[in-house]
Amino acid sequence: MIPAAFDYHRPGTLDEAIGLLSRYGAEAKVLSGGMSLLPALKLRLGSYGHLVDIGRIPGLEYIREEGGFLRIGAGTRQSALQRSELIKSKYAVLADAVPLIADPLVRNRGTIGGNLANGDPANDEPAIAIALGAALVARGPDGERSIPAGQFYQALYTTALAADEILTEVRIPIPPPRSGGAYFKLKRKTGDFAVVGVAVQLSLDTKGAVGSAALALTNAGPTPVEAAAAAMFLREKPLDGKTIAEAARLTAEAASPSADRRGSVEYKREMARVLAGRALRAALARAERN
Amino acid sequence: MKHDIRLTVNGTAHEAEVESRLLLVHFIRENLRLTGTHIGCDTSHCGVCTVLLDGEPVKSCTVLAVQADGRSVSTVEGLEQAGKLHPVQEGFTEKHALQCGYCTPGMLMTCSALLERNRNPSEQEIREAISGNLCRCTGYLNIVRAVQHAAEKMS
Repeated sequence: MIPAAFDYHRPGTLDEAIGLLSRYGAEAKVLSGGMSLLPALKLRLGSYGHLVDIGRIPGLEYIREEGGFLRIGAGTRQSALQRSELIKSKYAVLADAVPLIADPLVRNRGTIGGNLANGDPANDEPAIAIALGAALVARGPDGERSIPAGQFYQALYTTALAADEILTEVRIPIPPPRSGGAYFKLKRKTGDFAVVGVAVQLSLDTKGAVGSAALALTNAGPTPVEAAAAAMFLREKPLDGKTIAEAARLTAEAASPSADRRGSVEYKREMARVLAGRALRAALARAERN
Repeated sequence: MKHDIRLTVNGTAHEAEVESRLLLVHFIRENLRLTGTHIGCDTSHCGVCTVLLDGEPVKSCTVLAVQADGRSVSTVEGLEQAGKLHPVQEGFTEKHALQCGYCTPGMLMTCSALLERNRNPSEQEIREAISGNLCRCTGYLNIVRAVQHAAEKMS
């Protein structure tokens, strides 16, 4: 399959890239790893007159803690995230998710920025970013702004990014001590999107009860879904079996999946409940160890 | 839009003028006539088009030729050196790791890249490494054995 014709641009700097996006407007699309965009173009699910390849702009690939945040450059490859000892040791919810994204070859090309900015509710990292309370940093002609991940997704394939803005960084607050997270994804085979995925991040207070919690779902609606009622319910409660069961029920209630070849609405909602329970238990076990 | 690209393929420098939308797999097969790299699903699932881009296995049906500008590409044709099969090719022969052979070029590239970075992979690591390469004949067991055979040869 061959994509419809487009003009390929390879800017050397972010400013140059933003200039191209400003010039071509809706006709332009940012190309990062290309693992979602190129198949979509080949299948003629979309077509753009101009692709702006940000893959060689220096300074977009990094993973470091700085100023109270874990900062991940938008061009960081999934394979680099998977190898990161820092992520493995302190950001379990992300470490759980990355090896479940597509397959190793796709992860060699695919980037965290692409996964987040694509706006596909089947992508895994949006739910992770929401659960971790991340801010997504965008650069445009007027400079930089920071958008909470929870407010980034507006509709199917529609994000808060303007046509001339580029996602440059993911900024995750460093979790306090006694924090833990987990991501559980049900999928039919390697490389498939989630039937449903559940991301949990929580921290325990000095009495061992839940200090704060956040839950978000992959592929459970037209956008990533934040299970705010479940998170609210968990606050200040000890995480016993009854509490986990109720939080899992509330998480499933937040899901609004549609029926497709991966299952019926009822099945997906039930799987959201089951995975939420598992993810909460795993996150609790990790928080108790930290 | 046309682009002048320069890249090395299996150690040989190439220069070409390519259209923006030309896929790397088509460049390799049609411009360079290196037809060892196959096209399968054409949607980055099956892995038969796997080549190494700067040493890393990637699906060349989902990379633009122009994205490989300035890079080094390795295809299955480059595995054999001075008339001698790569250990992973020997392993595939010894352990009967192919039947129809369609997935083999991609499998070989992924497995050779794995052995470059891990000379003693566990069965689990091998299975994980090839999880983006589909084989519909052997059921993978002999492929795992072939990689283990190659790992022994290389150590």
